[in-house]
Amino acid sequence: MIHFLKRAVADIRSNKFLNIITIITISLSILVVSVFLLFFENTGRIIEAWNQGGRAMIYLKDEFNIDMLPQLKAKINSLGDIDEIVYISKIQALDILKKNMTPQTIFLKTLKENPLPDALEIKIRSYKNFKAIQILAQKIKTIDIVDNIEYGQGWLGKFLKIFNLFKITGYAMCGFFFLMALFITANTVRLAFYSRTLEVDIMRLVGATETFIKAPFYIEGIVQGFLGGLLGLGTLLITYLMVSSGITQSLATYVYFDIRFLSVKTVVLIIFSSTFLGWFGCYLSLKQIFR
Amino acid sequence: MNENNNKNLMIRLFNVSKRFGGKLALKDITLDIDQGEFIFISGPSGAGKSTLLKILYLAENMFEGQILIDGMNLSRISSSMLPVLRRKFGIVFQDFKLIPTRTVYENISLVLEAAGRKPAFIKKKVMQVLRNIGMEKKAAAMPLTLSGGEQQRVAVARAVVGEPSIILADEPTGSLDSTSARAILDFLAEYHKKGVTILIASHDLHLMKNTIQGRIIELNDGRMIRTDIMP
Repeated sequence: MIHFLKRAVADIRSNKFLNIITIITISLSILVVSVFLLFFENTGRIIEAWNQGGRAMIYLKDEFNIDMLPQLKAKINSLGDIDEIVYISKIQALDILKKNMTPQTIFLKTLKENPLPDALEIKIRSYKNFKAIQILAQKIKTIDIVDNIEYGQGWLGKFLKIFNLFKITGYAMCGFFFLMALFITANTVRLAFYSRTLEVDIMRLVGATETFIKAPFYIEGIVQGFLGGLLGLGTLLITYLMVSSGITQSLATYVYFDIRFLSVKTVVLIIFSSTFLGWFGCYLSLKQIFR
Repeated sequence: MNENNNKNLMIRLFNVSKRFGGKLALKDITLDIDQGEFIFISGPSGAGKSTLLKILYLAENMFEGQILIDGMNLSRISSSMLPVLRRKFGIVFQDFKLIPTRTVYENISLVLEAAGRKPAFIKKKVMQVLRNIGMEKKAAAMPLTLSGGEQQRVAVARAVVGEPSIILADEPTGSLDSTSARAILDFLAEYHKKGVTILIASHDLHLMKNTIQGRIIELNDGRMIRTDIMP
């Protein structure tokens, strides 16, 4: 094993330019993939954080009176998936509105009657699953006394559509860059192999097995993949450190949200994938050469 | 062909022919070589000397007839057994075939590394062979910085370091002056004394005659026209 490692390191040194180009290509591909993953991870967290963790408002019809409340709560609770139900009367709602609109309260004084409905604020347990929320909302809406339910369906629906579009584009781009890196790695190994044809021929003639001949190429591919992955992630980390605080400040106007770097699990997955990519490129090349 | 009756038989060729396209490079060669024999293969250029050596270690693998090497039938050898066959040989190539990007030491140690020997053993053995051939001070040199004679000595060192049972040398003295050529042949003669079978293809029969007693096999136009004990 030490022999193979030494050999691989010597080969990398003797083909520095070719190896550097391959490592840079892999790192660029990994960078593109990592940017998408960073976007998806953070966007996922935005969705998680929407509406303070799954709060929805159930607006009740004018016919509602306080005696109906216990029965209504029981009915909603029986639908399951709900953590908390808080009743907000129309009077309380108006007070809250007045508090929130302190400078513009004059027009509220001109109101002859309270236009706001009684409402229930609920906290949904599986708020990460938009489909589940939709189904629950539909069930709640079928209750006679319920007039409407608001859970951010308008903006969240639109946001998810765009998010899913990005996701598909992201997958396609990741696939494209993965193939490109694979192609480059395979060709680097092929070039390295052809540049050492004499060496390989001599190895064969002195009784070297195929494993002995191939092993340094595999190690070279794995090293290229690993270093490419590290370089790509390193570049992303530096960029992240430089721009993340600026983005967080810009977003702060709309939502309290801090952009986080990739999770350890994702980082490990990326490094593993890029290492695998180096190995696989080598495998494809050698399979073709030794056919 | 029962090799049990020939316990010392190392190489047997039976009706061996080799074609390159439509041209026959070897024609019906039948030959037995015992363990420890010293064989000179002579003949003019294009007689088939190199081809005969090449089919023995399967550098040329499409041939007619039967070849047995130390009990291994070359017609039936699997790809996994090919390295095992080749480790029986130490080969000195006409053009040296040294790896230019590796040092003298690394060129020689390659044989032992390929055979899976331990690093300590490899170091000891390679230095011993380099000492024997008078090249220990050139261990770290690159092949292209050496003279033709020195390169050939490295090629011979690589051929013997794995302690093969057969040494094949294709024109080992072809590009050397008579002193260097003599040194190479004397070195090979030392291994012959240890019981190694040696086959040398050379057109320089005069030099061979003054080296060691052995058998001469003369080829012409791919045919074996004479086999004699050298005086």
